[in-house]
Amino acid sequence: MNVLRLAFAYVKRRPLTTAFNVALLALGVATITLVLLLSRELEQRLAREATGIDLVVGAKGSPLQLVLAGIYHADVPPGNVPLAAVEELARHPLVRQVIPMALGDSYRGFRIVGTVPAFAAHYEAALAQGRAWTAPMEAILGSDVAKATGLTVGAAFAGSHGLAEGGGDHDAMPYRVVGVLAPTGRAVDRLVLTGIESVWQVHAHADPDGDRDHDAPAGRTPSPAPPSAAGTARPREVTLALVKYASPVAAASLPRAINAETVLQAASPAYESARLFTVFGVGTDVVRGFALLLIVASVFGLFVALTQALDERRYDLAIMRALGASRGRIVAVLLIESVLLAASGLLLGLVLAHGLAASIGIWLPAAAPLAQGARAWQPEEWGIVALALCAGILATLIPAWRAYRQDVAATLADG
Amino acid sequence: MFSLTGIAHRYGATTALRVDAWRVGTGEHWLLAGASGSGKTTLLHILAALTTPTAGTVVVGGTDLGGLSGTARDRWRGRNVGLVPQRLHLVGALDVADNLRLAQYLAGLPDNPGRVRSLLESVGVADLARRFPRELSQGQAQRVAVARAVVNRPALVLADEPTANLDDAHAAAALDLMRAQCLASGAALVVASHDARVRPLLPQAYALPPRPDPGDIRRTSA
Repeated sequence: MNVLRLAFAYVKRRPLTTAFNVALLALGVATITLVLLLSRELEQRLAREATGIDLVVGAKGSPLQLVLAGIYHADVPPGNVPLAAVEELARHPLVRQVIPMALGDSYRGFRIVGTVPAFAAHYEAALAQGRAWTAPMEAILGSDVAKATGLTVGAAFAGSHGLAEGGGDHDAMPYRVVGVLAPTGRAVDRLVLTGIESVWQVHAHADPDGDRDHDAPAGRTPSPAPPSAAGTARPREVTLALVKYASPVAAASLPRAINAETVLQAASPAYESARLFTVFGVGTDVVRGFALLLIVASVFGLFVALTQALDERRYDLAIMRALGASRGRIVAVLLIESVLLAASGLLLGLVLAHGLAASIGIWLPAAAPLAQGARAWQPEEWGIVALALCAGILATLIPAWRAYRQDVAATLADG
Repeated sequence: MFSLTGIAHRYGATTALRVDAWRVGTGEHWLLAGASGSGKTTLLHILAALTTPTAGTVVVGGTDLGGLSGTARDRWRGRNVGLVPQRLHLVGALDVADNLRLAQYLAGLPDNPGRVRSLLESVGVADLARRFPRELSQGQAQRVAVARAVVNRPALVLADEPTANLDDAHAAAALDLMRAQCLASGAALVVASHDARVRPLLPQAYALPPRPDPGDIRRTSA
């Protein structure tokens, strides 16, 4: 016989109440942990995606849109800018590197990025098969693209208008796959990379009289690039460019200079993703608040259950005193029972949260990459552990105090 | 075994109990007689160190109970006193054997399943070891309660109205069982009872006078 056995015996006597309170606590813990795991993983992914990129420059418009389009490939770009403006920026002494990107087409939902070899180098994407592109209309595939489309080296495919599926195809100008990238865990896995000239070529071919619907897949205004005087040779354009500073000093002056003095708009990925997270943080705060409510409800339920149990058990507690248990022992028995319940709810909740996070891809395919967060133990989870155990103790305080104060002789006599 | 000297106990302003002197020797079996409300249960609780009398000296087995602190009283009680309360108060969440093992545990003694088994056998309920208290008859439950009281071989066993709910045959059997168990462990036995059937079954008796304050009696019997 020991305190644990005693606690189990009492738990076994009221399985429904126990199960209910444990389940309530488990749900609260699971919700709060799941939000934590997913938002941490998202935050880390957003930060990792933007690592090394100090600025995104593109057409004037929303800086957030620029970052979403240029770094996360999650939004359409605002429009195109002249290549000359980007080339001029690259010559700026505070700029170490500029990686231009031409967006506008896609293949089965995967974006085709016309860029320079430095793009793949920046993302540390090594070739798993084949080689890099050397001529226009040669493309290399991100690992997810290769997996999803089944394309291999040597295959040909035609891009389609716009960044979503369903645009018209550039059937006359097919790309040829020359390489496949190894997985990186970053956005490049879901991209098709090609030389920037390929994109220019496709567009020159497809739109002899102007850029109709490129860059405007979601009903945006068409690219503002006017036809050149000659009518056929338009000035070369890019959609946006990733910029790395030559020195941290650049952060103070360069963005402002770009915004004020050029046709470009500069957006800082760090700043914009932080801004995005504040907006999105309101949502997680709401869920977190709801989870706290569940935990409070479970504490209250535990409290009611223990108080009720104490009424039924006051003779048991009195006879335990008569058998030699001290007041402290009685309190310990109640406390351990409650903490035991809280601990099972906690454990169940943590397992549930990590399990749900690990399998999130099954019920939320878009969030599948976040499942990686399930493997890590976040330091904040210790806070959840402490919270749940404190909840268990809190629920016992009043019943334990009453048990401590119980008049044993009177209880035995009135029984 | 114990001696009570100049004991008085008051609840508020009314004197509930007065014992000028009572000595019980080792292994003696006594009846504590008295009408309802005369303070029998209170006196048992005083002997068990569950209640501290307002005045007087209680020495049990050489220990002056007045000199013990709260926790020490609990520990002393667990080792030295076996109590059979009137309502028995077996722990409903535990089976019969575990009720006895709980007594060993709370007294701070090592778990001794062999002792539990042989004791249940000797009180005649060995086959009920895995039953829960609610599955027992009154007579069976009382046997278990007696076993629980003597499981730690206390020097003093206190029983409160053990025959209250029993017919004549069972009342006699209950007393026999208690006496036999106390004899086996050498414990002194005090049976508090107002039941006239008990008097001839015990060799010695101490009678408490009826409570002096009629107001108290009315309250108790109401």
